Amino acid sequence: MATQQTQLLARTLLTPAVALLFIWMIVPLALTIYFATLHYNLLDPGSESFVGLENFRYFLTDPAFLASLQNTLVLVGSVLAITIILGVPLALLLDQQVVGLSIVRLMVIAPFFVMPTVSALVWKNLLMHPVSGLFAWIAHLFGLPAIDWFNDAPLFSVILIISWQWLPFATLILLTALQSLDEEQKEAAEMDGASAISTFIYITLPHLARPITVVILIETIFLLTVFAEIFVTTGGGPGLQTTNIAFLIYSQALIQYDVGSASAGGLVAVVLANIVAFFLVRIVGRNLEA
Amino acid sequence: MGQITLQGVQKSFGPVHIIKGADLEIADGSFVVFVGPSGCGKTTLLRLIAGLEDVTGGAILIDGRNVVDVPPAKRGLSMVFQSYALYPHMSVRGNIAFGLKMAGIARDEINRKVEAAAATLNLTPYLERKPRELSGGQRQRVAIGRAIVREPKAFLFDEPLSNLDAALRVQMRLEVTRLQKQLGTTAIYVTHDQVEAMTMADKIVVLNGGKIEQYGSPLELYEKPANLFVAGFIGSPKMNFVTGELAKQQGATTIGVRPEHLKVERDGQGGWRGTVSVAEHLGSDTFLYVDAGPQGMLTARYIGELDLHPGDQVSLIPDPARIHRFDDSGKSIRA
Repeated sequence: MATQQTQLLARTLLTPAVALLFIWMIVPLALTIYFATLHYNLLDPGSESFVGLENFRYFLTDPAFLASLQNTLVLVGSVLAITIILGVPLALLLDQQVVGLSIVRLMVIAPFFVMPTVSALVWKNLLMHPVSGLFAWIAHLFGLPAIDWFNDAPLFSVILIISWQWLPFATLILLTALQSLDEEQKEAAEMDGASAISTFIYITLPHLARPITVVILIETIFLLTVFAEIFVTTGGGPGLQTTNIAFLIYSQALIQYDVGSASAGGLVAVVLANIVAFFLVRIVGRNLEA
Repeated sequence: MGQITLQGVQKSFGPVHIIKGADLEIADGSFVVFVGPSGCGKTTLLRLIAGLEDVTGGAILIDGRNVVDVPPAKRGLSMVFQSYALYPHMSVRGNIAFGLKMAGIARDEINRKVEAAAATLNLTPYLERKPRELSGGQRQRVAIGRAIVREPKAFLFDEPLSNLDAALRVQMRLEVTRLQKQLGTTAIYVTHDQVEAMTMADKIVVLNGGKIEQYGSPLELYEKPANLFVAGFIGSPKMNFVTGELAKQQGATTIGVRPEHLKVERDGQGGWRGTVSVAEHLGSDTFLYVDAGPQGMLTARYIGELDLHPGDQVSLIPDPARIHRFDDSGKSIRA
């Protein structure tokens, strides 16, 4: 038990940091709420006036909102599914004793260290480009027509890039979990006559339930706010096909210069993120309880 | 049936020879304990029999059939692991049933067998619980339940009681022995605890440095140790060894006397004289650590209470019929 002196000391020492964090958070939030109630357009300076909830009505009834909400959910869901479905077998592979394992591990982890803008550019110009891209060249080898990825399957292309970036994260978390699986449990299953597949289904997969939950929670937080990859590759298009909520807010603020509407959108995004978090914790968070 | 024969079994991990040729005949229904110090290869030998490790050389026969190329599940053995290795996400029922489920047995029969096994082990009230909700002793019983439900040819126990506290260990020791006698199934039990070995075994295998030092009943090992190692390993406190002139008089390089075969006399004449350096009074026994000059430190055990204290002069008189003699290679000399 801490004495009263140490408690007081701890609080005193923590105060500056907590205060700074609090100000850092509360000032932007307060300003956003304030701007959301104004008619505030950068193309029309000096005309700021209080409009109440008009910005919210405008943002929520915009057909782009529903489209981008749907894109956001599809993107998050697809990337989660891809990273976990591919991450589990990859982690299983990396858990084996193979020659050159350290190099393979490094290569698998590498995409995570590439910054989003760079990896999006690499995918856009070196891999997916319909004329000079590697994929077009491979298609050409087989006599197939090149695919214009960002026009024909724009959302899928973005999902592909983001999955490639997040696969290492899922793999790493799952790999560490696999390494903590008690060897004797696998041997017990072997003695019990379980085949490799049965061992995976009955022993390994249940053991991975908790790390999968962690992957889902952490990835969701970051995937809800994906921006750089979309900005660099498709710019939200064609049309609205790759616009998610984060990109929509950006386009309100810096393409249409409508600060009021963008602020309202930002607040809507905060509420949406909390709703998603609430359901996520309800559905998968149970796994985290010991 | 569960007769297990080892013929020249060898195991090496790279250049390191863990098992250097083990020959052993384990009769059906007997309780055999592998005992030895850490790193002597006893667990490796058990894992070779289980099939969790591949042999480097030699043959393992179960009921006359060589099983070195047979996968673990097909050998008809079941194992109780040191960590219990229960499946944490399955209930007690799921844990016990898992092996039967993998064997593709019908659900009603699984339920019947699981409930019978649970009843034998007093686990019936806990069948729907998860392993983490059980105490150490209960987990241990689940691990045993998982082993017995498959009606194996033999049980393999890998230091199963080492994670339990002392009182529970004594209780589980009795339960395991009773259960084995009741089922009449062959059992191989690995331990480093010689008390467990002496109390549970029909026959003990003493292992040291990957070799079988002696194979015999507990009392055979106690009364007629084959060599210095077995003599020193079996029995607590350890046997006293004396070398030099005294041993030569007996026609041996080393002579050994167990602490309980040394008669303690206060201020006595004759025997080996020395000074008490530590006296442990347990009430039921008194252990004396005596500095006996040329004979070195000797341990003596007196049944009952003996009022001696550090610094007191004593003489220790060995029971002449109970002196063990060893030649220069450490082998026992039989008269």
